[in-house]
Amino acid sequence: MNSLYVICGLGIVALLAEITSLKKRLTAVMIVGLVVAAGLVVLDWGTDITYFSDMIVFDNFSLAFTSLISIVSVLWFWMCGDYFMDTHQTDKSALVLFAIAGAVVMASFNNMAMLFLGIEILSISLYALAGSKKGSLFSNEASFKYFLMGSFATGFLLLGIAFVYGATGSFQIDIISDFIMIHKDGLPTFFYAGVMLMFIGLAFKISAVPFHFWAPDVYGGSPTSITAFMSTVVKIAAVAAFYRVFSFAFAEIESSWLIMIEVVCVATLVVANITAVYQNDAKRMLAYSSVGHVGYILLGFLADPVTSSSLVLYYLSAYAVSSLGAFAVLSIIEREHGNLSLDNFNGLFKRNPFLAVAMTIALLSLAGIPPLPGFFGKYMVFALALENGFTGLVIVAVITSLIGVYYYFRIIIVMFMKDPMGAPTKLSFSENVLATLLIISTLIIGLFPGWLLSLIGS
Amino acid sequence: MLTLFLIFFPLLASLVLLLFRPQNAKMWAFIASIIELIVSLVVAFLFDKSDVTSQFSYSTPWIASMGLNLSVGVDGISLLLVLLTTVLVPFIIYSSFNNTYDKPATFYGLILMMQMALVGVFVALDGLLFYLFWEMALIPIYFICLIWGGEFRGRITFKFFVYTLAGSLFMLVALVYIYFQTPGSHSFDIQALYVAGRALPLMEQSWIFWAMFVAFAIKMPVFPFHTWQPNTYTVAPTQGTMLLSGIMLKMGIYGLIRWLVPLVPAGVQEWGYTAIILSVIGIIYASCIAIIQKDMKRLIAYSSIAHVGLISAGLLTLNPIGMQGAMIQMISHGIIVFGLFFIVDIIFQRTKTHSLSELGGIKNVAPILATVFTIVMLGSVALPLTSGFVGEFLLLNSLFQYQPIIGAIAGLTIILGAVYMLRTFQKSMSGETNDFTKNFIDLTSHEKRVLYPIVILIVLIGVYPDPILSISESAVNNLLTLFSDSTASLK
Repeated sequence: MNSLYVICGLGIVALLAEITSLKKRLTAVMIVGLVVAAGLVVLDWGTDITYFSDMIVFDNFSLAFTSLISIVSVLWFWMCGDYFMDTHQTDKSALVLFAIAGAVVMASFNNMAMLFLGIEILSISLYALAGSKKGSLFSNEASFKYFLMGSFATGFLLLGIAFVYGATGSFQIDIISDFIMIHKDGLPTFFYAGVMLMFIGLAFKISAVPFHFWAPDVYGGSPTSITAFMSTVVKIAAVAAFYRVFSFAFAEIESSWLIMIEVVCVATLVVANITAVYQNDAKRMLAYSSVGHVGYILLGFLADPVTSSSLVLYYLSAYAVSSLGAFAVLSIIEREHGNLSLDNFNGLFKRNPFLAVAMTIALLSLAGIPPLPGFFGKYMVFALALENGFTGLVIVAVITSLIGVYYYFRIIIVMFMKDPMGAPTKLSFSENVLATLLIISTLIIGLFPGWLLSLIGS
Repeated sequence: MLTLFLIFFPLLASLVLLLFRPQNAKMWAFIASIIELIVSLVVAFLFDKSDVTSQFSYSTPWIASMGLNLSVGVDGISLLLVLLTTVLVPFIIYSSFNNTYDKPATFYGLILMMQMALVGVFVALDGLLFYLFWEMALIPIYFICLIWGGEFRGRITFKFFVYTLAGSLFMLVALVYIYFQTPGSHSFDIQALYVAGRALPLMEQSWIFWAMFVAFAIKMPVFPFHTWQPNTYTVAPTQGTMLLSGIMLKMGIYGLIRWLVPLVPAGVQEWGYTAIILSVIGIIYASCIAIIQKDMKRLIAYSSIAHVGLISAGLLTLNPIGMQGAMIQMISHGIIVFGLFFIVDIIFQRTKTHSLSELGGIKNVAPILATVFTIVMLGSVALPLTSGFVGEFLLLNSLFQYQPIIGAIAGLTIILGAVYMLRTFQKSMSGETNDFTKNFIDLTSHEKRVLYPIVILIVLIGVYPDPILSISESAVNNLLTLFSDSTASLK
């Protein structure tokens, strides 16, 4: 909870910074504040304290995700210093911070109303942020599309919550779960409709196929920094919310939603990975890849809905660190060339070897090549699924990860093989440090996954 | 602890090269590989040949929740392959002293990283650890080929990468499947996997056999999984080709010996015949293609498929003679193929061509090179008193015992091998000198320092193979006892 206070406080500080002289150092203040927020998690560890009449609970699951969200946000702020520099620095910072606060709520709600609040706090900030490149038509389109699709999805979610409330008489996750356990056989049909509607609403948020249609356009049109934010912080929060609803509340009636999620999982794996092959813009490609990774997470979740929380946390950490690495390189390339067509990566190894190596490590990890974290994430998903008898799904997932190798390697190949375009790419000191940090954390998560996995026991 | 040093010292050296990019990278890499060689010789010296269990073992949990242990050890079979690696890598690095590569620190760093993974594959005693090293070997060689390779390298090296990655994913699925059959909280320990694998019914052993055989067959490569190989060998820089053919393909053979035969004996017994037939087809097929090759590098690539086919066929007869033949032939093939590719590189550096039709008459201007080439070539066609003879003789012997007709067909390899190698010699060395070859300079002292030891090794192993055979003997026998015990208990 302390972390949430700090994050909200930072948001207000950011708003007030417009009228003080703090403006120049705002990004630094944000970074320090978020580090503090991540650190404060340690104080609450293992306490399971609830707040606001049980509406929000900080158990180890939510604390782990809170700290993951905060750490990723720190790295993100570091990476996107430029984004805040041009205009509306304070407004954008405040919006991002409120989005982070929403993300924390999404990971720690214990009440469906709180889930709704979290999603809305996050989404409304993002609708504005997606359109924050005001002059760009694509950015406007992204914002508008995201808003329309997002509110539509929220509608589904709300109706689902209402149905579930109607059947169980409560918004509280734990009470719903108990109620289901007792009345397992006597639940009304509209309860299942409610579960399904909630699934659709949440599937929109985690951008699972076939509810992903907004993702590529929104990711492609938004400013690259915001795309990075959406595909890391927002994705972590959305998956955490999804996991909380379906694992904490609806695990008892697994048989009713299992088939539905299986279908969505296969569709996500296949469609996203195949579509990614045809993209010629690195940002859109990463957008589809991020949709594809949701498929692997869903597979892990399906394999064991109750005890896969540490696996989901690990997968998301691995994915977030690798994606941040890739987006950090993307934003530098965009600064140099103005767009992110794949040709702009030509000969990056000759223009700036370090940058090319950083990008390669990030992409190899996303592709799931050992000993990088992406491999261990996928490996554990596959192993868990095999153990629980989802052999068919594992075969599909193995094939789609091979397809994944194809499109990630398109970038790697042009970076190392083609002749360079343009002058050598110069990096600032801070960018070098950030890239080093990202490489090291990728390697550490990959080589020593044990501590992260044991963080939230099953 | 020595085993750990053998794995992690090259990694350390590689990281130093990659991070600090010292001026004289090739020298540093060479020194590092020599230190590694010395340590491996110490291990060989301290090694107790009569002991069949793993020596110099070390085991510590790495990722407990996945059942992954950093568990390594050396037995006779591992030791020979580790020695092959540690002997060839300094040669490979030294052979490049005449070439100038762009970004040398990266180049040599990747070679040493490759060495780490190769040694790791040969000493791993944990299924997942083996898989990790197996995959890690792929990354450096892929980048060596991608960055310093020849024309069309993007497409060709990618095919290589995807092919081997796809194969090893099947292997991973099979390993994980057996992992879940181990009792208790599951373990990837090799002995536990052996026990679990052997207890499986024939049906399951069969699909596991194929899942793993395909992974190994792609790496070696065995017909019909070889299509990536000639292009990749041709397009790779010389040192990359040496790594691929000299050491990396032995990973596949080693996998057969250590991770397939004892793991699913019933599967091997059921499908071994099919695999032998595939290997023998590969021998004949690749030899015939080698005969009509115009490009020297491609020719040696195809000859390598033929030789590996013989190794895999002889090994799968599961006869101690065949196994021992496979061991010594792996060593011999590694040395010979290194020599051949180095000679091709020497010719290419002087004439800028790999094409046989443009060469000729080199013997007249470079007699020393011609002599060295003759000896290496005779080793390749398995003339008695060369190292190639010992291996091929044992392998063919085992195949004859297995089934005379298969032995006879596989025996054609000697004739066909003589045809394509002698044709190569004739086209390049004999005849009249032409515009390409008339200014050919004979071996420089640097090249002599690489090739003379190779020649000596070829002859030495050919005349006196006992030291090598005795290292692996007890380990091979132990393996076969394991195999026959478990197949006997099935009946």
